[in-house]
Amino acid sequence: MKRRTLLSALIAGAAMASPLAQAKPPIALKSVDVTLPGSTRELPSGPGMDAVQNHCLACHSAGMILTQPRMPKAAWEAEVAKMRNVYKATVDEKDVPAIVDYLTAIKGPK
Amino acid sequence: MVGFMPAAVSRRNLLRKAGIGGLASLATPALAQTTIRLALPGGADQRDITTAFPQKGSMVLQRTRPPLLETPFDVFDKGVFTPNDQFFVRWHWAIIPTSVDVDKFRLNVHGHVDKPLSLSLKDILALPPLEYAAVNQCSGNSRGFFQPRVAGGEWGNGAMGNARWVGVSLKRVLDQAGIKAGAVQVRFNGMDQPVVPDGPDFMKSLSVDHARDGEVMIAYAMNGQQLPLLNGFPLRLVVPGWYATYWVKMLNDIEVLDSPDTNFWMKTAYTIPDTPRANIKPGQTGVPMVPISKLNARSFITNIKAGATIAVSKPVEVRGIAFGGDTGVKAVDFSADGGKTWQAARLDRDEGKYSFRRWHARFKPATKGDYTLMARCTNASGDVQPSEPNWNPAGFMRNVIESTQVSAA
Repeated sequence: MKRRTLLSALIAGAAMASPLAQAKPPIALKSVDVTLPGSTRELPSGPGMDAVQNHCLACHSAGMILTQPRMPKAAWEAEVAKMRNVYKATVDEKDVPAIVDYLTAIKGPK
Repeated sequence: MVGFMPAAVSRRNLLRKAGIGGLASLATPALAQTTIRLALPGGADQRDITTAFPQKGSMVLQRTRPPLLETPFDVFDKGVFTPNDQFFVRWHWAIIPTSVDVDKFRLNVHGHVDKPLSLSLKDILALPPLEYAAVNQCSGNSRGFFQPRVAGGEWGNGAMGNARWVGVSLKRVLDQAGIKAGAVQVRFNGMDQPVVPDGPDFMKSLSVDHARDGEVMIAYAMNGQQLPLLNGFPLRLVVPGWYATYWVKMLNDIEVLDSPDTNFWMKTAYTIPDTPRANIKPGQTGVPMVPISKLNARSFITNIKAGATIAVSKPVEVRGIAFGGDTGVKAVDFSADGGKTWQAARLDRDEGKYSFRRWHARFKPATKGDYTLMARCTNASGDVQPSEPNWNPAGFMRNVIESTQVSAA
C-alpha cells in the first residue's frame, strides 16, 4: 500500500531525528458537522409507561429497555436503583415502584 | 456525510410510506436485510439493521441514544481490518458534540506537570507519527451470550474491530508537558457530557508507567482516514491490548494526577472480580473487584454460519479471525467434533501482535449428520481459550471457545 510506504518513510525520517526535517503531516483533517438520528422505537403501553417515558428516556432511548433480557423483579429493582444512585437519574422515590412494575411486566420472567 | 439518512426517512420508513405504487422500484432494497437475529439465549435478540447514523454504513442497532451500534458479523469475514463505516460504536452519555472545527479544537494537558499544554491539531500532526494495528473490543462484547443473562448492552460478538491506527505517542506529549515527581496516574476525558447535572462525567485513567510506555497512542487516523465522529473524531486514545473502555473518544483533556483516580468510571464501573478470567458463580458475593484491563485471547469462525448445511464428503474451507489479547496469536486450532480432536489451522500474515489474525482450516465431513465446529486460540503467552464460559454480573471478558453447529447432507 502506498500510504504505508509513505508513512514508513516518514517514521524512518523521524527516527533519524534531523531537527530541520519537518515531516509532512500524514493526513489532513477536515472539520465535521453531522446530525444524529432520533429514536423511532416505542415502548409497549401499560401501567407505568408514562413514568418510564418521563424519567428513563431522558438519558437513553427505548431501545435500551427493549433489548434487555427477561430478568426477575429484584434485578429490575437493582437496575432502577443503579440508575438513580449512580447515574443520578432524576426519578422520584414515589415513581420507583411504577417503573419497576412496568419493567417486570414487559421484561420479567415468563 | 455519505451514508447519512435521517431516521425519519430510514429504509424501513421509506418502504412503509411507499405503498403499493413503490413496490416495483423498491424491489431490491425490500430484499435487503432490515433486521437480524443475534441468537442470544433466552430471546430479545432481534435487532434492526440501520444506515441512519452519520459516517456509518449498515450497523446492528442496539440503542439509538446514546448510540450503541454493533458491527454485523459478516464484516469480519471480509478481512482483518474492520472498515471505519462499520466499526462498532459505544457511548455512555447522550451529549455528544456533533460538530468539530479542526482549527479551534485543542487538547489540554494539565495537572501534575511542569508546563501545561494546549495543543492544536496542527501541533499534534507535526509530531512524529506512530502506527500499528490493534483490536478495539468493548469490555462487554458478547454480553448477550452470558447465562444467566445480565443487564447492559446486549451485544452479540460484533462489539469489536481491528484498525490500523496512526497518531502520536502519548509519551511524547506527556514528556513535552513534563510529568512532575509524585505523579501516579494519567486521566483522560473526552468532549461527551452527562445528560443529568450530577451524572459522572466519563473519564478513564492509566498508571503513569503505562501512559509512558511509548505504545499508548493519541490517534487521529484509522485505516488511513480521519476517525468517524462516532468513533471519536478528532482524537481518541488507543491503548493496545486493553479493553475499549480506556480508548477515550473525542479526547480533549489529559490530567496528570498525584493521587489515585477514584472517579466512578475507574472505582465502580468497569470493575471485574479479581479472579482468573473474571469468573465467578452467579450470585457469588464478597469477591474483591479490580478495574478491567487486558484483553484475553479469542477466535471466531467467520465464513460458516450456525445452522448451515454443508455437502458430505467434500472438503470445505473454514476460516476466521483470532486475536491474542495483550500479545500475539501463537496458534489457532480447529475442531469439527466439538473439541474432541483438534488440528492446527494455518495462520495468515501477521499484521502485528495487537491485530486480528486470519486463519484457515479444511474440513471434510465423512458422513451425514451434525457437526460442532470450533476454533481455539493460544496466545504468545501460552494462554488458551477455555472450554467453559466465564461469568460475572457485568457480562465482561467472555472468551470461551465458541461453537458453530452445522449439518452435513
